[in-house]
Amino acid sequence: MYQKIWDAHLVYEAPGEPALLYIDRHLIHEGTSPQAFAGLKAAGRKVRRPDLTFAVMDHSVPTKDRALPIVDQDAAGQFRALEKNCRETGVRLFDMFSRNQGIVHIIGPELGITQPGQTIVCGDSHTSTHGAFGALAFGIGTSEIEHVLATQCLSHFRSKTMHIVVNGKRPRGVSAKDIILAIIGKIGIAGGTGHVVEYSGQAIRGLSMDGRMTVCNMTIEGGARAGMIAPDDTTFAYMEGRPFVPRGKDFQSAVAAWRATTTDPGARFDDSVTLDAAQIAPQVTWGTNPGMVAGVTDRIPDPNAFRDPDQRKATVRALQYMGLQPGTLIVDIPLDRVFIGSCTNSRLDDLRAAARVVAGKHVAKNLKEALVVPGSMLIKAKAEAEGLDRIFRDAGFEWRDAGCSMCIGMNADVLPPHERCASTSNRNFEGRQGKDGRTHLVSPIMAAAAAIAGHFVDIREWNVDASE
Amino acid sequence: MHPFIKHTGIVAPLDRLNVDTDQMVPKQFLKALTREGFGRILFYDWRYLPGEKPNPEFVLNFPRYKGASVLLARANFGCGSSREHAPWAVDDYGFRAIIAPSFADIFYNNCFKNGILPATLPEEQVDELFKRTEAEEGYQLTVDLPNQSISDAHGLNFKFEISDFRKHILLEGLDDIGLTMKHVADIARYESSHNPAPTMYDPVDLKAFPPQ
Repeated sequence: MYQKIWDAHLVYEAPGEPALLYIDRHLIHEGTSPQAFAGLKAAGRKVRRPDLTFAVMDHSVPTKDRALPIVDQDAAGQFRALEKNCRETGVRLFDMFSRNQGIVHIIGPELGITQPGQTIVCGDSHTSTHGAFGALAFGIGTSEIEHVLATQCLSHFRSKTMHIVVNGKRPRGVSAKDIILAIIGKIGIAGGTGHVVEYSGQAIRGLSMDGRMTVCNMTIEGGARAGMIAPDDTTFAYMEGRPFVPRGKDFQSAVAAWRATTTDPGARFDDSVTLDAAQIAPQVTWGTNPGMVAGVTDRIPDPNAFRDPDQRKATVRALQYMGLQPGTLIVDIPLDRVFIGSCTNSRLDDLRAAARVVAGKHVAKNLKEALVVPGSMLIKAKAEAEGLDRIFRDAGFEWRDAGCSMCIGMNADVLPPHERCASTSNRNFEGRQGKDGRTHLVSPIMAAAAAIAGHFVDIREWNVDASE
Repeated sequence: MHPFIKHTGIVAPLDRLNVDTDQMVPKQFLKALTREGFGRILFYDWRYLPGEKPNPEFVLNFPRYKGASVLLARANFGCGSSREHAPWAVDDYGFRAIIAPSFADIFYNNCFKNGILPATLPEEQVDELFKRTEAEEGYQLTVDLPNQSISDAHGLNFKFEISDFRKHILLEGLDDIGLTMKHVADIARYESSHNPAPTMYDPVDLKAFPPQ
């Protein structure tokens, strides 16, 4: 599949040089684009294809009181810059007040901008999300954003390929998030470096598009820039009728073309990894990168159990930062906050599953805050139409407007120092959610259950459905 | 972009695995509109105590590493976020080269857009460099791109691999966009022959999504 998409987008290739790949969709946001537009302007260059470029405000947007003036002047400056850059160059912008506003990796698929067989780039590492549709999608730096704006091409070296097969059926309570965390735990956070991953197997096929996006989203946390899932009937059913997707006969012919982008039987990969979904438990990260992860029934590891001295040192440091003792049962760890949101887990399936867990219950007394931040304003509206907002609010959660929020803490949603958060986001790096904040990555139903209990629980004992 | 040819400078050892770009440039500094001035905030949360007082326990604040311009690091350096603010900060701080057993893909790629040489050496050789850096105050290394070598004043000489194209880009300080612009005819040809039907590219519902 990687090969097919690569070949179909090759503009120029010469031995020893990176290939020039044509880019079908360029997504931009306020955080990493201002310097690219400034560079373009300084060099007197134009945006080559504003029609293939889509902009949204997401990283620094407030998730409440949007009608009020923006307090953060630096963020306001970025919003103004994006608005001005889009206006001057003719790029379509979903601003803070658009009913289509949301996290860039949520709205691309939701609006049908993301389609199978495309090349998609964005100045954000979680662009890998779009690979769930059988697109080649990856994050780029600001210099590359400028390059794509100017040329609609990317100068890019070919990657190696890795096949990750997840066989079997997910046990009840085990979600897409647990699958990808288990994969990262197995291959390590640098395991996919230099590779593009293709996922397959019964457990992957069995996921909804929302679940597949969660898996592809966190591919970058395993070191691979892109993760892909071949499109199938689940993909096409999701896409039909979305605003930027062709309709009627055009849709039928598009589907025929998309089917051809799938992987040929017997395709060769540089590496391959196999997991059995039946063996995966709900996952909880205990350290300061997504590879420091364990099953919910496990204990915090002992640094002395690691043979490699660098790993041992990293574990000691991680436990010190996280304020955890070796041997502690994960279910005994109390929490201060819960965050349900981010480009990893803020789609409708995620919110529905979390709502099923909290319905009729209430957030534990020891929790200072429990936040639900839908991935887009459309998801927010759909969730409200289903009454999910009431369920969350009645249970003691805050119900916010769409944005990156406490995944990156560029707006006011920040995790205070030394507080502990169960988060459905993608990174538990030091300081990610807030300086000295302690992040544990989990699935939406695990986060929801942790909010109710005040500590981690094995969701399998609660007998609720995972996403989809 | 400034070229990189050969550089000799003091080595600073950052003895941590998997240093991510969130550590190099924390999120609160991602709201800038320019590429300048990021050197001051490189490794902000590690480097400073409250009130922006230098943290005496952080290696870059040790007096012996003042003025360091070669960064010695551990495996998977630069993982995580794609933020190019990270290499901007590394460059603005004064580091010209980074030596590590491995780099994360996006960061590695971003270095070449900013005239920074990320040199990859085997673990054992990096271990040796850590030993020498910690043993000798003012330890310097010479990073020589044309010869693809890293050497010190005591006869140590390690070779590193780099693709010919990336080497060329750094040696000449080339602008990627300028290079691609040479192929503008190829791009136009691709657009006229390969672009799928307009329905693949144009919003179907123009009323709901009017172009600006």
